[in-house]
Amino acid sequence: MTKRATGLIGSRLGYRINLVGLIGFAVVLFWAVIALFAADLIPYSVGEIVDTDYFGPMHPGLWLGSDYLGRDMLSRILMGARYTVGISLAAVTIACVTGVVLGMAAAVVRGVVDSVLSRILDAMNSIPSKLFGLMVVAAVGSSIPVLILTLSAIYIPGAYRFSRSLAVNINTMEFMTVARIRGESLAYLIGAEILPNIIGPVLADLGLRFVFIVLLLSGLSFLGLGVQPPYADWGALVRENLGGLPFGAPAVIVPSIAIATLTISVNLLIDNLPRKIRDRSAP
Amino acid sequence: MRARVPSLVLSRLLIALVTLVIVSFAVFFATTLLPGDTASILLGQAATPEAVAGLRTAMHLDEPALFRFLRWCLGLLRGDLGTSYANNMPVATLIAGRLVNTLKLAGLTALISVPLALTLGITAAMWRGSVYDRIVTIVTIGVISVPEFVVATSAVLLFAVYLKWLPALSFTNEIHSFYDLLRAYAMPVITLTFVVSAQMIRMGRAAVIETLNTPYVEMALLKGASRPRLVLKHALPNALGPIVNAMALSLSYLLGGVIIIETIFNYPGIAMLMVDAVSTRDLPLIQSCAMIFCLGYLVLITAADVIAILANPRLR
Amino acid sequence: MANLVEIRNLKVEATTDSGRRVEIIKGVSLTIAEGESVAFIGESGSGKTTIAMTLMGYARAGCRISGGDVWVDGDNMVTLSEKQRAAIRGTKIAYVPQSAAAAFNPAATIMDQVIEVTRIHGLMSPAAARRKAIELFRALSLPEPAAIGNRYPHQVSGGQLQRLAAAMALIGNPKLVIFDEPTTALDVTTQVEVLRAFKAVIKQYRIACVYVSHDLAVVAQIADRIVVLKSGQTQEIGTTHDILTQPRHPYTQSLLAAFKPKPHSRTAAPESPSHPLLEVDAMTVGYGPVQRDGQPLIVAVRSVSLKVERGRNLGIVGESGCGKSTLARAIAGIHPAHAGDIIFDGHELWNTARKRTRSQLRELQIVFQHADTALNPAKSIEDILGRPLAFYHGMDRKARDVRINALLDMVHLPRTVRHRHPGELSGGEKQRINFARALAADPKLILCDEITSALDTVVTAAVIELLKELQRELGLSYVFISHDLSVVEAICDEIIVMYRGQKMEEITPAERKAPQHPYSKLLFSSVPRLDPSWLDALRQDPDQVRDYCQR
Repeated sequence: MTKRATGLIGSRLGYRINLVGLIGFAVVLFWAVIALFAADLIPYSVGEIVDTDYFGPMHPGLWLGSDYLGRDMLSRILMGARYTVGISLAAVTIACVTGVVLGMAAAVVRGVVDSVLSRILDAMNSIPSKLFGLMVVAAVGSSIPVLILTLSAIYIPGAYRFSRSLAVNINTMEFMTVARIRGESLAYLIGAEILPNIIGPVLADLGLRFVFIVLLLSGLSFLGLGVQPPYADWGALVRENLGGLPFGAPAVIVPSIAIATLTISVNLLIDNLPRKIRDRSAP
Repeated sequence: MRARVPSLVLSRLLIALVTLVIVSFAVFFATTLLPGDTASILLGQAATPEAVAGLRTAMHLDEPALFRFLRWCLGLLRGDLGTSYANNMPVATLIAGRLVNTLKLAGLTALISVPLALTLGITAAMWRGSVYDRIVTIVTIGVISVPEFVVATSAVLLFAVYLKWLPALSFTNEIHSFYDLLRAYAMPVITLTFVVSAQMIRMGRAAVIETLNTPYVEMALLKGASRPRLVLKHALPNALGPIVNAMALSLSYLLGGVIIIETIFNYPGIAMLMVDAVSTRDLPLIQSCAMIFCLGYLVLITAADVIAILANPRLR
Repeated sequence: MANLVEIRNLKVEATTDSGRRVEIIKGVSLTIAEGESVAFIGESGSGKTTIAMTLMGYARAGCRISGGDVWVDGDNMVTLSEKQRAAIRGTKIAYVPQSAAAAFNPAATIMDQVIEVTRIHGLMSPAAARRKAIELFRALSLPEPAAIGNRYPHQVSGGQLQRLAAAMALIGNPKLVIFDEPTTALDVTTQVEVLRAFKAVIKQYRIACVYVSHDLAVVAQIADRIVVLKSGQTQEIGTTHDILTQPRHPYTQSLLAAFKPKPHSRTAAPESPSHPLLEVDAMTVGYGPVQRDGQPLIVAVRSVSLKVERGRNLGIVGESGCGKSTLARAIAGIHPAHAGDIIFDGHELWNTARKRTRSQLRELQIVFQHADTALNPAKSIEDILGRPLAFYHGMDRKARDVRINALLDMVHLPRTVRHRHPGELSGGEKQRINFARALAADPKLILCDEITSALDTVVTAAVIELLKELQRELGLSYVFISHDLSVVEAICDEIIVMYRGQKMEEITPAERKAPQHPYSKLLFSSVPRLDPSWLDALRQDPDQVRDYCQR
């Protein structure tokens, strides 16, 4: 059924995409565009008080209601996308590039380097992520660069562990032995022999880790330890409007929904990634 | 063969110990990165240089960092967790009561979520691809994909705002009856159960499905075995290790979960204490709380590893 | 006599990953009488296992019976409900899998699994089932029949597990047993015992059987009739005698031809006693830390010496675990030898490839058994062949293009495959690419580690021909490692027999020097012959079998 819906687009490119994956991709793309062009899209300045009432309901003009100070929620959500998506993307990139390169190198080199690296990163992994965030914020305070570095540091061990386990399997393949006794360098072994074989799962893992980082960042901001005023990401928006919860104000519900749409659609996209069609003789 | 099990378990425990040392090292140094001098922060702007120097010596702040680390470790081993900067009370006293509260919350959650998740995960795997399986999968993906505070706020909206069954965002110490107790714990436990069970169901289901794809399950099918028999007799005994492993790993999500849940519901547990300590920069308190969390996590994942070894039929 | 099985116009469909349906069984019809043994023979992908599975009303994931009837003892397995099929599985029809090691549940004792059929279908009391199982263990000549059932699957050997799987199939008194390549994973000396046991119980219990195999010689020992399959169609059905003596179909003829011993036009020993190309002196290779006695924890190769003259080939034969592959890996410097010297082309080599010079690495190439894992699936054939050209010879893009075409010509592959990926090639084609990559280095010696073991009989014969041809043209030498004696005999000038890490003896076929050592004799006599009476006529010293087959 899903095949028929998207079969035409899919098979021409040699890939097969299903409907759920396509929806996930559309939502992710939507938020990416918002994050890029938020500044041009917002109807009001984020700090401007536009409503005499606080926790105002949704109505034309204030499409998503107003927040605890009477500011426009739509503008604040759009700008919040910037922080949530931007910080998470930067952090996940650093985490995955570092983790994957280290993981592949450890799998190829083996021996002492591998054991020491694995031991240390495993130990880092056994500090609960929120706790790690709390500690760093306690020690050096919260700023956007600190947040990015902390978030990436927290997820390097996971990316390392994942890519190492994949690379260890690839490393047992005979083509690795062939390349090794040809006299190839470490960089060639990692970049030309291993990476092309694990790039698919690594990208899926990157997506998953992006979700984790969004969740953690939102959690930290919710605790007041993440993005600091005057800036606000979605987690911070939930925090500052928590007072509206007893009346079910849109100001507290909408940012929660925004986070959920982003993370759920990334998850859906990963679970339904376009699969390459190996059966080339297909009409 | 038999001799391998104790040695494998022993090596797991040894690894846990080494990890603990590395973790305590990381915790200590992460918290002493604090810019500025602890003594002058404590004494405030008006303090005389002599007073600052006196305090520095008293707190061993002028010793090399490694010495201070060892001193701190020795203290931990003797049960001396230091003195809180914020209110000069021994950290151990501050923590004791709070730790019990958190353990109550975590224990209650585990008691509910483990049987719940086992049942849902295994039955979903048994009828893989059915409508029931799809619903379970979609709900668990949904719960995993949203932050704990969204689950919590949704629960508040549902049970407190719309249904008005339970109190919103409040936790009172005035518990007079079993009914009060139930009401007080209901919201945090429901929220945590949701978060933890979702993880467990997903991992448990995956573990059972993996063993269902093995040749020996196909063989049993060709012997005429029924579907429940395939799952219960052939897949489950082999998936036991991975399932228990998944349970223990998911329970470790409790540790992250309680930080948010305790804050939202104003629950007087150790996570709340730590969040407060972070805002007052109370280093000894932060360090001790962090170590307790790491220890809890380490105990869980080590237990998961050890159980996986014990459950491996090939090592029997 | 009425037919037990009637398959009429059977069709099976598979769904490919693009969602396209492909017919993999294209209308097969055949019959099996009560108590008759019928063999399905064909290469991998011919559909022989798929057809056998449909007898139980079962198709593997992604496959579906799309047409035809499968009548078994009055029931049409195609139209029955899943519940009705389950009632027949294990009682009327039973299955013996290719890998019993994977088909036994590691978490339960062997006895529990053997008698499970009686429990599922409520055939007899557990005590009676156990007695019957022990009787079957005895009939299958398993050691300690009364106690072996109490063990777990990982505690018994592969050959025993295979026989235990047969006991598991026979416990429900089936009328038909499907044997799915049951001896393919076993060594030849073990295969003899297992085949004997199977043949005995089939006769004793008067069971009809379907024997699925790619090995014509094995099938000849068991089957009354043979069904030859290729790409989901029957090519020829006939009695074993007819198929072996007067095959009509060209495919059957090529299968038989692959068995004919091919005389190896042996190169004369070099007249001038110049230094040999490769000389290995007292090599010991092991795994694990060095023990107090100065030896590694596990010694895989113990003080083996060998010599390869220029332009001549050395064969190394032995069963799994005899250390032959470890020896090859030590010579190539992949697994450093613990002791001993390697002298290649007059120069001593370091024991590890890391310390060897680039030209030493280039001149000594190794080709591995599994082309699937030896070729990087993420790279095109062009990139795979181009890399050694750039790496060893520093060729630019243009020179590489020319050379890649020449290499593809040499291994008889069309030039168009250069843009393909390994996954799109057949097993034989992949093995040719694997070999072409070694040729790209311009080596003097190629170590061939079981390079034909994963290939079908007909393809193996073609690859061996190719190797001989290239040797004539390029003046190469091979060290040819295999468990398959006929392959080694077809290409080698000298043969070394290895057993438990030691060299038992060296045989020179050209000088008609027959094997002398008892183990070599046992090994050579265990290779199945096309003659249907071979197994019954084979006499092996039971003491030797016990000594050398610890299985």
